[in-house]
Amino acid sequence: MAYARPDNVKDALEMRASGDWRVLAGGTDLYPSTQRQVLDGDVLDITAIPDLRGISTSHTHTRIGAATTWTDIIKADLPAAFDGLKQAAREVGAAQIQNAGTIAGNLCNASPAADGVPPLMTLDAQVVLQSSAQTRSLSLSQFIQGNRQTALERDELVTAIDIPNAATTGQAAFLKLGARHSLVISIAMVAARVSLTRDEIDAIALSVGSCSAVAQRLPELERNLTGLTVPNAAKTAAQSTSDALAPITDIRATANYRTDAVPELIARVLTRLTPPHKRDAA
Amino acid sequence: MSFDAPASHLSVNGQEIAVDADPRRRLSDVLREELGLKGTKVGCDAGDCGACTVLIDGRATCACMMPLGQATGRAIETIEHKDALLTKLQDAFHRHGAAQCGICTPGMLMTALELMRATQTPTRAEVSDALGGVLCRCTGYTKIIDAVCDATGATTTSPPPLVSNVGAPVARLDGRQKVDGSDVFGADFAPQDALWVRVLRSPHFAARFTFGDLAVWAKTHNVQVFTANDISGRNAFGVIPAFADQPALAENRTRMRGEAVALIAGAPEVMRTLAIVDFPIDWQAEDEVLDPQPAKTAPLLHDNRSGNELITGHVACGDASAALNGSAQVVEGQARTSYVEHAYIEPEAGSAWMDGDTLVIQACTQAPVMDQEDTAIVLGLPKERVRIIPASAGGGFGSKLDVSIQPLIGLVTLKTGRPSRIIYTRTESMQSTTKRHPGEMRARIGADATGRITAMEFDGDFNTGPYSSWGPTVANRVPVHASGPYKTPNYHAIARAIHTNGPVSGAFRGFGVPQAAILQETLYDELADKLGMDRLRFRRLNALQDGDKTPCGQELHGVGIAECFDALVPAWAESLAWAESSDGDIKRGVGVASCWYGCGNTALPNPSTVRAGISREGRIILHQGATDIGQGSNTVITQIFADALGVGLDAIDLVGPDTAMTPDCGKTSASRQTYVTGKAALAAGAAMRMQLLRHANLSATAKISVANGIIEITDGEALRQIDPLSLPLVADDYVFEAIETYDPPTTPLDENGQGIPYAVYGYGAQIARVEVDMKLGTTKVRHITAAHDLGRVINPMLAEGQIHGGIAQGLGMALMEEYIPGKTEDLHNYLIPTIGDMPDMDVIFIEKPDPEGPYGAKGLGEHALIPTAPAILNAIRHATGKRITQLPALPHRVLEAIRA
Repeated sequence: MAYARPDNVKDALEMRASGDWRVLAGGTDLYPSTQRQVLDGDVLDITAIPDLRGISTSHTHTRIGAATTWTDIIKADLPAAFDGLKQAAREVGAAQIQNAGTIAGNLCNASPAADGVPPLMTLDAQVVLQSSAQTRSLSLSQFIQGNRQTALERDELVTAIDIPNAATTGQAAFLKLGARHSLVISIAMVAARVSLTRDEIDAIALSVGSCSAVAQRLPELERNLTGLTVPNAAKTAAQSTSDALAPITDIRATANYRTDAVPELIARVLTRLTPPHKRDAA
Repeated sequence: MSFDAPASHLSVNGQEIAVDADPRRRLSDVLREELGLKGTKVGCDAGDCGACTVLIDGRATCACMMPLGQATGRAIETIEHKDALLTKLQDAFHRHGAAQCGICTPGMLMTALELMRATQTPTRAEVSDALGGVLCRCTGYTKIIDAVCDATGATTTSPPPLVSNVGAPVARLDGRQKVDGSDVFGADFAPQDALWVRVLRSPHFAARFTFGDLAVWAKTHNVQVFTANDISGRNAFGVIPAFADQPALAENRTRMRGEAVALIAGAPEVMRTLAIVDFPIDWQAEDEVLDPQPAKTAPLLHDNRSGNELITGHVACGDASAALNGSAQVVEGQARTSYVEHAYIEPEAGSAWMDGDTLVIQACTQAPVMDQEDTAIVLGLPKERVRIIPASAGGGFGSKLDVSIQPLIGLVTLKTGRPSRIIYTRTESMQSTTKRHPGEMRARIGADATGRITAMEFDGDFNTGPYSSWGPTVANRVPVHASGPYKTPNYHAIARAIHTNGPVSGAFRGFGVPQAAILQETLYDELADKLGMDRLRFRRLNALQDGDKTPCGQELHGVGIAECFDALVPAWAESLAWAESSDGDIKRGVGVASCWYGCGNTALPNPSTVRAGISREGRIILHQGATDIGQGSNTVITQIFADALGVGLDAIDLVGPDTAMTPDCGKTSASRQTYVTGKAALAAGAAMRMQLLRHANLSATAKISVANGIIEITDGEALRQIDPLSLPLVADDYVFEAIETYDPPTTPLDENGQGIPYAVYGYGAQIARVEVDMKLGTTKVRHITAAHDLGRVINPMLAEGQIHGGIAQGLGMALMEEYIPGKTEDLHNYLIPTIGDMPDMDVIFIEKPDPEGPYGAKGLGEHALIPTAPAILNAIRHATGKRITQLPALPHRVLEAIRA
């Protein structure tokens, strides 16, 4: 049984290739999964690798290192298109969790209620996976394959999340619905990113979490809302239904409730995007 | 890169320390067990409670989720850090009563420290935002926010001087250790070379089981295993001896999920990594029954309890049925409540060792003498050979009245002769300890045309789980209280405790009365509407008055409920006006509800005995046996005693609780300590005063003071100095001794529940303001005004803290708390209110003296919770027009009601 905390990606990847290492970053999912005082198995701690933490931009994309914490994201100077991601970051547990939990950890844990997934979907995020042999890039919907299932191979490490520059325009927002104020698993959540020309939507991305095994974009609704003013889009969204979703009944809410809540949440998240002085203009 | 690092180099509170420990261990475990920094508390091991918060490079972090290896080389700060700003925060927490039980306090303080370093004058909103990750189950968070906001403020002087006035807001006498991290909770003390104990539990709701070869398994794993076969006493415990039925370790059958079947004990290094998945046990699962209705016709859980009925409680007076038929208006309805988990932040923990042939157990508890009795019975020891030392309890709320770990570690220590220790995991705590009884209740209430209550019928089934625990108490208390504090001349109430395979239901702040109040108070709103009367005025009209009789036929005196309603009139008018301005999809609503609650055991003796002595050193020693689980009895009982004796608090040293050193002050439950133990303390103080005055031959108006080992008594010009060194010892080490016992004067109830169940009652009423989102069904409680009649407020700061905390638990019960066995067995899925869920709270004290209570005082602890949930539900109804009949009022239930 071993614990390793390499300081570079190459060493980490070699270890992934050579053994059955459990990857640990913020520890906010691994430790709660056991009641014991020590983690089982060989643990590969990736938090000492400088290349895996932080946010950088290039002429093609914004790169968020895998081990970037939610607090890092909250404090980062990012375009308005990232506001939804920042709002989601503030809703991940509470400060203690945001200080430790990482963006890639949230994706690799692959919970249907992962707070980071809906806003990242609206940013067309690509997951960068590296092994000693190759580097590949998957869309979020390719990477997260189901409840607690991902495309991560045994020898791979998620090293970054890339946001293409084309997706870093417009405004964004996020809404989480839960039965209490902090530290809560969502009943449902929605993220939206909208680009406006004059007052009309010329591009929109919508994503809903906790209402299917994996958070979903809503392409049909996005098409229907394109070209509308935001207030009109909100009205249309409030009446919409989405076949892409498959909400279940669990301890937090019924499937019917989720089905009813989602259109309302979409309408509200869109309203949040409207400057207050324009809310009654429609 | 490092493999199998031999030692991690830590920087803790400015000191460099090398630790030789597995780098995969939780930092919290290493801080506590290797470095002895026990101020960092562990509540869940999952990041759900924040109790273990430390600062890592200045950032609040859950130490339970950080591997030791990751902490290497980083600056770790814990509650033990000597830091000027932290000291200011600690002082403020102490001064404001922000620590009750104290188990969340270190985590709160460290989280607040990060905020304070960024801004020394935070707003309340900033404090609330920053502390969202730390759960507190006692305080309702308000005093915590007060303390943080005041940490560097103008009033950062030393705490108020210790004055011995009943009525003074004295800071907790045991408060310092709660803010500096040195208080010793159940998990914080480990005898040298203690065996660590784990419990094998049933994964099934109902099952039979057989063991394989335990000896071989134990040998292979280098541990010892103990089962029911090792129990030499009577393997059946229970808080009410006549019903004792719960095995400490199941014999061949389990009746609930999480029931203990075997103990595994071994050295720490073995136990830390021991896997018990291959434990040799063969389970045969059986069909379970989880709800009371099917349970009534299901196979019996206990052969001698037909219909799976543990007990039925019953109170009747007049002719309820006839009176309802003749009433001008009648309302009728039902309500269902859920299992509610106590969710104290401290999971059960403690240790055991032998002292000669006495088994000593130091563990969290609310009832040391009951633990002593139950443990002795199970282990086949005379009571005198078991000593219980209550560790500081990190919250209790009723569940730590029953034994949990005591017979288990007691058995290991007795069988091995070695010290032992156990710490329940959060899930183990939630699975195996008691819950609030789910209630399925129906009622009819009638009124005449003038709005006076004519009659009430109440019928409730309470899911008591597989073992008796406090089921009989709930079944007896509910019919006594289901009328609420209202004059109800014709009354018929029945409450049954029904066995199921759900969790054991026991005591939880109110013993069933909060559930019954939910139905009665929500029906009262419907009745007021039918009568066309204002809801507060309707309640005020029917409020019990001095000289009125209860449904038990008891004539009451010192009844302050009308005064509570009167005190709420301005807030009611303001709240109704507030609710007028609803905005769009957010509808505002206002509700009111009340409580009454008898203090002490129901129609049964429950004496407290207080002993005090004066030592040869001239110290006054108070043997205080009431366990302080955060509510403040260490302070309140001492205040009462000090006033009765006529000395300052600084002259008194507290001893106990400890069954070897303090007389029996009974259990900390039923809101009885301030009243019952307080009355015994009053008598002990008065008796000691009498002895001193007699010795000095001075009159009753003389003043007593203690200084430099000399007792000075002055009466006008007369001065007597008593040097204890010159006096003979009268008992043990004392030159004066007083022992006084008080038992509430009650009478047994007859077959119709007629009699005097309690000698003292407390009263209260609360107004809730809520906002309901009509499209999402979410409810936000904005404000609570709470008026409570305490008879005499012994300590206003602690009393206010009790009310805040009761409101928080009532809010949780109303809106989010629902324990579902198998699904919500952690604090991730079982939700209790966070700091951001709490409304603004105004507290109004009513002091209508009780003829029986010490200085007129009445109990408070449970009262505070009772009105909150029905007030919130009534406010939801006011906002939406719909009465919620199944709790909690989760968003989907509220929305469903709105759309029905």
